[in-house]
Amino acid sequence: MPITRHRTTRAVALAAGATTLFAVAATASAQSITVVSGGGAYSQSQIEAYHKPFAAETGATVNSADYNFDLGPIRAQVEAGNVHWDVADVEEHQAIRGCAEGLFEKIDISDMPAAADGTPAEEDFIEGTFSECAIGTILFSTIYAYDERQFSDGQERPTTLADFFDVEKFPGRRGLQSKGQGTLEFALMADGVPPEEVYDVLSTEEGMNRAFSMLERVKDDAVWWDTGAQSVQILADGEVAMTISWNGRIQTAIDEEQLPAKIVWDNQMWMLNMWSIPKGGANVDLARDFIAFASRPENMAEQTKHIPYAPVRQSALELVPEEIARTLPTYPENFANALKFDASWWADYGDQTENRFTSWLAR
Amino acid sequence: MSSTVIRSVSPAVTLESEASPLDSSLKRRLRRTTRRHRLRAFALTLPLLAFILLFFALPLVDMMARSFYDPRVANTLPETVAVLEDWEFEGLPPEAAYAAVTREILERQEDGSLGSLALQLNHEIAGARTLLLRTAKGLEETPSPAVGSSYQELLTSIHRQWGEQDFWSTLKIMGNSFTLRHYLAAFDQRYDANGEIVARPDYEQVHVMLFGRTLWASALIVVLTLLLGFPIAYHIANSPPKVGNLLLILVLLPFWTALLVRTAAWIVLLQQQGVLNDLLVALGLVADEARLRMMHNMTGTIVAMTHIMLPFMVLPLYSVMKSIPPVHMRAAASLGAPPFLAFIRVYLPQTKPGIAAGCILVFILCIGYYITPALVGGRTGQFISSFVAYHIQQSLNWGLAAALSGVILVTVLLLYTLYSRLFGGDSIRLG
Repeated sequence: MPITRHRTTRAVALAAGATTLFAVAATASAQSITVVSGGGAYSQSQIEAYHKPFAAETGATVNSADYNFDLGPIRAQVEAGNVHWDVADVEEHQAIRGCAEGLFEKIDISDMPAAADGTPAEEDFIEGTFSECAIGTILFSTIYAYDERQFSDGQERPTTLADFFDVEKFPGRRGLQSKGQGTLEFALMADGVPPEEVYDVLSTEEGMNRAFSMLERVKDDAVWWDTGAQSVQILADGEVAMTISWNGRIQTAIDEEQLPAKIVWDNQMWMLNMWSIPKGGANVDLARDFIAFASRPENMAEQTKHIPYAPVRQSALELVPEEIARTLPTYPENFANALKFDASWWADYGDQTENRFTSWLAR
Repeated sequence: MSSTVIRSVSPAVTLESEASPLDSSLKRRLRRTTRRHRLRAFALTLPLLAFILLFFALPLVDMMARSFYDPRVANTLPETVAVLEDWEFEGLPPEAAYAAVTREILERQEDGSLGSLALQLNHEIAGARTLLLRTAKGLEETPSPAVGSSYQELLTSIHRQWGEQDFWSTLKIMGNSFTLRHYLAAFDQRYDANGEIVARPDYEQVHVMLFGRTLWASALIVVLTLLLGFPIAYHIANSPPKVGNLLLILVLLPFWTALLVRTAAWIVLLQQQGVLNDLLVALGLVADEARLRMMHNMTGTIVAMTHIMLPFMVLPLYSVMKSIPPVHMRAAASLGAPPFLAFIRVYLPQTKPGIAAGCILVFILCIGYYITPALVGGRTGQFISSFVAYHIQQSLNWGLAAALSGVILVTVLLLYTLYSRLFGGDSIRLG
């Protein structure tokens, strides 16, 4: 999860109260589940949108735990037969890996509630946001944003990904992440490769060369960042005219710090977090209920008020107020030619590719 | 050491003991007390020795061993590796290798070590991770080939890479516990599918270039610190004590300031929106759009490193200069030498030990320096140390990181030997 900052500070105060609320509820009801997630503002948004209303509706207690999205502790619990996390929020590639290792219960998409108009969940969820053992919850993107101060009125603004790599048409320094992951995909798409072919092209020697020669065009003007915070910082400092970053980070800076930046969604690259159920827990049924509850469109829509991540259901997006919806990756205009980030490609080709990228950078 | 002393002394003692028994017993007692004292003194150094051994020598040996010894593949796939020993990179390996690897993949899947093997192979073979995991899954359904079919056909039907010689060659090479492959990688070489040593493709060549860059940049920093440090050291050594001490404190002051603070100060001064650029723009010497890039490149590294290394040059020079009697120069002058000649012929030769010590110290420190280039070097001002860090922290290829460090270590030792041959070992004075 790239961002940990809050959209509304009110939630923090509410959450403090929530803990006491749950403690009281625990005595009233025997049932309780523990939901583990990434902590910080992200967990807070889940507590507001899911934990509290679920507790109110079912009388069950929902405990919130934090972890760093590492499969290790889940693997340890399942293998020891002592599962105390009933629901886990996992990154997509971990969901795939954990499913292959047999760490998660199967979850059927048809158990998820249908949309208000009766569209079954299977059609309402965005393609690729559910799998055998996990159901998508939020979706976030890598995008680029430009500094509005560096463009005068009436001057042409960048609108496509290709503009980011065109330093002649749009002079100014560029911020890019100092690793191949993501950067190479953007280079290929800017060179005209359609999103659905990116990973096939990248798997070939010529495709890889093509990506690097695209990066060569911005190398002299590039500022390389390592952490998401840096990407926002260089944009705020005016050190770069535009930078690759994560939509949540940039949006938070725009909302809370009035950063004069504009996000360009063309060829955005999205990834998602998913709900999963570690195998062998004592409360598997309640965990299923929780995930179905959290997958209700109205609850998903509620979460967007607390954090700028997109719900993975079409019908949930429709419930989001227009001015927020526009700032989310899945807003139809933004989502048109998006690329789904392929973590398993990187698991296979990452070693060689990152070595080559690091060598290229040092030259 | 004490035992040799006793042995060499004993004959003399026997001779003397014939002459005077009283005398010899006294000597024995004296000897015993000295030995006890020596042992006690030695015992005081024991904690330090134990500390160095435990926390420095052992990890160092372990790290160096990793650069040429890596038994992980041989341990996880012992039978396969044994079968491959007889295979000489011609065509595909024998059926026995396919049968062995099938059996061992199933065993490793069983004991849970397949995942780490997959990660390790993936360092050298792109896609090896998926290959192994998919093979394990495929074998769970059909653990042995149908009648009339072979293990080779079975594995190749699960994943085509089992039918490629490249894959098997790499597996064989990784199966050697004692290996030169990390050192080859450190010099941008590798084994090809036939087990021959060849250069890596152009786009992967980076280490040799970085070694070269590290060496010339370090040499440049040595020259700069010498040019800057020599006059300072001379001035300090020849000032009245009050002024001299003050100047010495000024040299040492950066020494007492946190390294990060000093480095950050250079960033503030030299960056594009920094103090120096602002000044140049205000004076009209540089256009606002064409601000100089002096930070996050090699210039930044050289400037910041020269500053940080300066005390290591000034102190040895100062201590040597302090010991040169001022009368020498006066004598030279009184014999008719003009100041410049007197300096060259009389003064400079006497500072040689200080120059030698300062240069070797700064050079050795520079070669392995990491933090400052990492902070101010951007991408083009990095030293080889940045790749040691990359392979330790990011790619997790510790074998290669160890090999790179090994090359640095050997370079330093060679240079030191060369230096002490040229200047004589005891001519180097570190102050």
